[in-house]
Amino acid sequence: MRTEVVLRVIGKLLIPFMLLFALYVQFHGDFGPGGGFQAGVITAAAVIFYGLIFGLPQARRLVPDWVVETMVALGVAIYLGVGFAGLALGGNFLDYFVLHADPVEGQHRGIFWIEIGVLVTVAGVMLKIFYMFAGRGRGNEPDQ
Amino acid sequence: MTAFASHYTYWMTIVLMVSGLYIVIARGNLIKKLIGLAIFQTSVYLLYIAPGKLIGGTAPIVSEAFKVYSNPLPHVLILTAIVVGVATLALGLAIAVRVREAYGSVEEDEILAVDRSDEDRA
Amino acid sequence: MIIIALLTMMAALTIAIVVQRNLFSVVVLSGVYSFLMATVLVALDAVDVAMTEASVGAGMSTVLLLGALYLCGGEEAKPMQRPFLPLVVAIVIVAALVYGTFGLSAFSDPNAPFHTHVIPRYLNEGPKETGVPNVVTAVLASYRGFDTLGEVIVVFTAGIGVIALLRPRRKGGKEKRK
Repeated sequence: MRTEVVLRVIGKLLIPFMLLFALYVQFHGDFGPGGGFQAGVITAAAVIFYGLIFGLPQARRLVPDWVVETMVALGVAIYLGVGFAGLALGGNFLDYFVLHADPVEGQHRGIFWIEIGVLVTVAGVMLKIFYMFAGRGRGNEPDQ
Repeated sequence: MTAFASHYTYWMTIVLMVSGLYIVIARGNLIKKLIGLAIFQTSVYLLYIAPGKLIGGTAPIVSEAFKVYSNPLPHVLILTAIVVGVATLALGLAIAVRVREAYGSVEEDEILAVDRSDEDRA
Repeated sequence: MIIIALLTMMAALTIAIVVQRNLFSVVVLSGVYSFLMATVLVALDAVDVAMTEASVGAGMSTVLLLGALYLCGGEEAKPMQRPFLPLVVAIVIVAALVYGTFGLSAFSDPNAPFHTHVIPRYLNEGPKETGVPNVVTAVLASYRGFDTLGEVIVVFTAGIGVIALLRPRRKGGKEKRK
């Protein structure tokens, strides 16, 4: 079908830019609007877009179930890891100024790592929820 | 006139809030109830953020060119609230899907009728 | 002003959502509503919140609602039967809330108690102490980092909840009530 060719070409052109924009929003959250939550949702939206155009089994092959489930837990682990690192280095839980000799640099590091944790968890959860809703019933069961 | 202009945002918030509440209590379809709940939540975001705006101010990103900033604290709280809202919506929809598979319908009165007929038979 | 026009459009849209019975058009209208909300938030200088509302409310919520609509199958909600009591409750609540708003501060009043107490400290000391010009990110990630930890855990819990509820069925049989 000719319209399917149009969708595939536009999808292949747009998806790298969507992922790049998600990374831009994540890392420029310090200087403009943005941050972990918005970037996580845009990342999940890029993969959902791929799944809508090329089919859900193809999307499941690109980003398998075990990767998504690991992402869901890994983000929370990174966040808690930063908290406990603050505890181990002499401050209270979730203190950032102990992470480096210069307190402002320590704040930068702390904020960087927890935003990464937020990005990973939110992207994983949004993608997993989409997989669960789109893959249930009507003969589209995942192979478990 | 100034009383009208200065309180218009509050009155619009009240209209949105009560519409959302009306959908939740007066409609029987489970999915429509969840949409009503989402509308209610967005009206609460408006209630928090509207009083923080200062005319002549700008977004709370500190730079040399601006002196007056809008209030950043409600932005932080509402960011959390939006994400929690979508989490609630996802779980509510998952429960609605399971209800549909167990009872065959997402309409409230049909579900209650099935329950009542089960009770009469048991 | 643009805020007044946008808010009036949103109120009209909400009345349309209340009245509409076709669920697919209700879902599309709620996506439009989220985009209007994001525009109002930009007009109110809340740029971070507007980006989150546009991506999460208009993007993710619409996808989830369409997915649930695909699984539940029903297209039309049943017609309402004489909702007299909910209308009375709604009107009473509107009257009470409007009476309450006369005690609130006017729109954009710099002397409101809303703008004192801890906000000047965040605006003046925030970029110096954390090195981050965006005060919202500084407060979210550094000053109120515990709240963000709680939020990430809520998102995590929602993910696990949906996995537990919608796990694929084993052995093919459906549990239907007969």
